[in-house]
Amino acid sequence: MAISTIWVFAQEANGAPTSGTLELLTKARSLGGSVAAFVGGDASAIAGSLGEYGASTVYATGDLGGALPGVAVASAMKAVIDGGSSPDLVMFPQNYEGRDVMSRLSVKLDRTVLTNSIDIAVDGDTVSATTPVFGGNTLVTATFTGTGPHLVAFRPKSFAAEPAGGGAPEVVSAPVPDLGSTAGAAVTAVHVEESTGPKLDEAAIVVAGGRGLGEAEKFAMVDELASVLKGAAGASRAIVDAGWVPYSMQVGQTGKVVKPNVYIAAGISGATQHMVGMKGSKNIIAINKDAEAPIFGVADLGIVGDVHKVLPKLIEALQARG
Amino acid sequence: MKVIVCVKQIPDPATPGELDPATNQLKREGKLILDESDSYGVEMALQLVDAAGGGEVAIVSMAPNDEVSGMRTALAMGAAQGVLVSDPALAGSDALTTAKVLAAAVQRLGGADLVLAGTESSDGYTGTVPEQMAELLGLPSVTFAKSVAVDGGSLKVDRQTEAGYDEVTCPLPALVSVTAGVVEPRYPSFKGIMAAKSKPVETVTAADLGVSPAGWAGAGQTISEVAQAPAREAGTVIEDDGEAFGKIVEYLEGLKVI
Repeated sequence: MAISTIWVFAQEANGAPTSGTLELLTKARSLGGSVAAFVGGDASAIAGSLGEYGASTVYATGDLGGALPGVAVASAMKAVIDGGSSPDLVMFPQNYEGRDVMSRLSVKLDRTVLTNSIDIAVDGDTVSATTPVFGGNTLVTATFTGTGPHLVAFRPKSFAAEPAGGGAPEVVSAPVPDLGSTAGAAVTAVHVEESTGPKLDEAAIVVAGGRGLGEAEKFAMVDELASVLKGAAGASRAIVDAGWVPYSMQVGQTGKVVKPNVYIAAGISGATQHMVGMKGSKNIIAINKDAEAPIFGVADLGIVGDVHKVLPKLIEALQARG
Repeated sequence: MKVIVCVKQIPDPATPGELDPATNQLKREGKLILDESDSYGVEMALQLVDAAGGGEVAIVSMAPNDEVSGMRTALAMGAAQGVLVSDPALAGSDALTTAKVLAAAVQRLGGADLVLAGTESSDGYTGTVPEQMAELLGLPSVTFAKSVAVDGGSLKVDRQTEAGYDEVTCPLPALVSVTAGVVEPRYPSFKGIMAAKSKPVETVTAADLGVSPAGWAGAGQTISEVAQAPAREAGTVIEDDGEAFGKIVEYLEGLKVI
């Protein structure tokens, strides 16, 4: 028995499916079998798009009323499975909600999870997923040994999203059952830390700063260079942890994965944690004082020098061009 | 108020990670240290107990070879006692088995008003253990908390999101995973370090906790291949002579982005 049914945990942002959702649907339909999307919330706005990308069924919990989706959506999934419609594979995006739902479901089904994956292969009954470790230098492929449903979470941008031209899917109500003692975590207010310019994970040019900037105030240089280049500013984990810039700017393993046309790393040494998030960039420019910094190992153009000297001149030269 | 913190003891992150060629497991030999991302949980627990006017912070950990050096750091910071699960049978355990072991250790300590964990470890970073523990313990949970306050019988949490943060409320008892950087972990005092040496740490096996099967046998997954990723070739590296910015301008021109 090969894979006959795949679920994708689908997420919505601003009335449309997230890019990660569409990437997973695209990959799911290439694996054979039927594809269903599982939505934590009301699916009416996005069901059409989900169908276009290959979902023939859309399960929707209905409005969660502010409840954090982890336990709520996993319980709704478990109820559908108990009702006899079990998937062989459930694909999740590697993000906060995806990880929470997958973790809860893994206990409810007593199934292991594979996380941080960038690829999946199905060969008959065998399902394997590949994960980069040690900053992406080594690829580890793990195979499930037990029976499904197999649970796998994928890093963003692992697959290219392409519409399949599918028609309207069947929308099936999958209400959240009584959560008992696990109920009660709910969002009471939402805060968006707005940044101007393009979004970090969508920008064609990203300028990122790290500890080599020396102090929080110097991050202004990174912001300015990003703005001159009409790109987005990013940061290493070190300066996010130090409180210089908000977490929403973090590039890396625990932050955002970016694949811009140009990535400029200023004062970033290139810790494993950071490299995982930016190594897929098309062109990488690095400026660092330490000639031994690992970032130079992936840079197309490396400048061994002081960011405090190089950046102001670079900004000035670019501004002079208008 | 009683808070139990899950702490992981990991190889020094300054030393590069390696896989054991025989087992394809991450090598975790030698002296282990407290995972920095867990020191935030310990600090937050100590502050919450202080704010509540008293109580206890306890810690649970799973590590090979009866390793307690990282736990002693947490005890030196101010935790009162701990349970260490150390068992050769646990080698190769997946995240789900780890969660079962740690949840059982929490229950061995009599449970807690609040269980804290890091969002993910610095060496394995599966990132599912806290939420799996919450399900095993039958608790509500809030992951990725950047600040936590207790208000009567419930928690007020600022939860990190992709775009900013959400304010979240959650009834107690609960499990919360905390991000790095919001509280400043204290350095253990000399007095704390001395006191930590005599604080109780109970060492138990998976069987003591009633968790089986453990280790590779219970993992539900096996490593089928380890390969080198196609290397990204390093390009030109030049020393800044005061004019290197010009090279960047030229490079960007070549790409037609300016």
